[in-house]
Amino acid sequence: MPITINGAEYELDVDPRTSLLDFLRRDAGLTGTKKGCDHGQCGACTVLLNGQRINSCLTLAVMHDGDSVTTIEGLGTPDAPHPLQAAFVRHDGYQCGYCTPGQICSAKAMLDEIAAGWTSFVSDDVAGTPKLSEEEIRERMSGNLCRCGAYSNIVAAISEVAEAQA
Amino acid sequence: MKPFDYQRAHGLDDAGQLLVADGAKPIAGGTNLLDLMKLEVETPTALVDVNRLPLGGITAHGEGLYIGALVSNCACAADPRIRSDYPVLARAILAGATFQLRNKATTGGNLCQRTRCYYFYDLSQTCNKRAPGTGCAAIGGFNRIHAILGASDTCIATYPGDMAVALSALDATVEIHDVKGDKRLVPVRDFHRLPGDTPERDNVLEPGDVITGVVLPAPAGGTQLYRKVRDRASYAFALVSVAAVIHVEDGKIAKARLAFGGLAHKPWHDARVEALLEGEAPSDALFDQAAALLLDEARGQGSNDFKIPLTRRTLKAVLREATGGTL
Repeated sequence: MPITINGAEYELDVDPRTSLLDFLRRDAGLTGTKKGCDHGQCGACTVLLNGQRINSCLTLAVMHDGDSVTTIEGLGTPDAPHPLQAAFVRHDGYQCGYCTPGQICSAKAMLDEIAAGWTSFVSDDVAGTPKLSEEEIRERMSGNLCRCGAYSNIVAAISEVAEAQA
Repeated sequence: MKPFDYQRAHGLDDAGQLLVADGAKPIAGGTNLLDLMKLEVETPTALVDVNRLPLGGITAHGEGLYIGALVSNCACAADPRIRSDYPVLARAILAGATFQLRNKATTGGNLCQRTRCYYFYDLSQTCNKRAPGTGCAAIGGFNRIHAILGASDTCIATYPGDMAVALSALDATVEIHDVKGDKRLVPVRDFHRLPGDTPERDNVLEPGDVITGVVLPAPAGGTQLYRKVRDRASYAFALVSVAAVIHVEDGKIAKARLAFGGLAHKPWHDARVEALLEGEAPSDALFDQAAALLLDEARGQGSNDFKIPLTRRTLKAVLREATGGTL
């Protein structure tokens, strides 16, 4: 069975050692997803797997036949950016931009998680309804590093989109 | 990464047969295993993908719950029954790693995560866990994150996880399917091993074993806390963590269940400490006695000496909070 990436099907005829990240970049030609640490520590490779954010460097492509992946290319385009992409531009939520595709995929899933009622370690009541705050955004985005240190503007961009959706 | 045969398990018996082979390892979320395979710390010759086995879902189990081995850490921590009835477990899971990793990491796989000892990760160093018989470079080396309880002359590594610490406090049970097709139940408290002279064995799993689920007993009630002390506010392993389930009745501690992370080769549980607390009125003097008993055989390795006072203070803070006192 093929894997579906941004709505298109791809055959998984690769060395079993191929990470999903390498498959996306090398075999599918989708270089928007970035390789940072390649060990699940930086979040640059974050994509959506069946709608949930994962580190694409820490899973094997051959494990994902029948699955659906969304990368940054599937979220928006230069002509029709995703609201998060537009907000990152408006708030200057990056400097070099290398972590940005991962930040935006991660933020997209994070807003979905909050909408689904998932709490985090900083939520006052683990059984309650999560409230969006700067502290919550920082905790929930801790898997995405930005070596340029654009965190304040990343938080501002995400907050703006979250408030617009609320 | 070394080459390996990729095999997909079709059923539990098939998984057992594939996993009994020398060099075979199961892969579920893969977040720890693939990291270690890239570094060639782990070099399996066959990877048995268990992700398509029917081991998902959280279901009622007597008065408690059964968590399928393939339930992701995120799904477990988001489950309304876990959040309401086992908040110490939800909090512990949310204290570990990131949402990206927890979406992939599974209940069974998380139990099997390996130590973060720097020397275990560094192929140029000796390590009895990675290469039995070569020695332990952590003893006398940089050992800030290492064990203060239950260590041996061959290994001072710690178990790094959070989820299992809460499962230990809750006295949960691991369900295991063996190569003969039989099922056995192992208390979480007995699942992980102390290093002794075989530190290469993290837990009691045998070749061909597959973890099928975790059984939670009836909801414990009381005040449930998970406190984690670490170098960063988020996305860091515990230096010390405490999972606590405390009942106070008529001004006395009626029941205390405690487990500790970051201290040993396994989630640390000491029934003596619970017995000392139960039936007593909470007080700082009592909490000092509890900490002293917990740490009566604690031994620092140099750079981790700080963990002894840190554990004492963290336990006292948790007990104060759980019994309604001020911090």
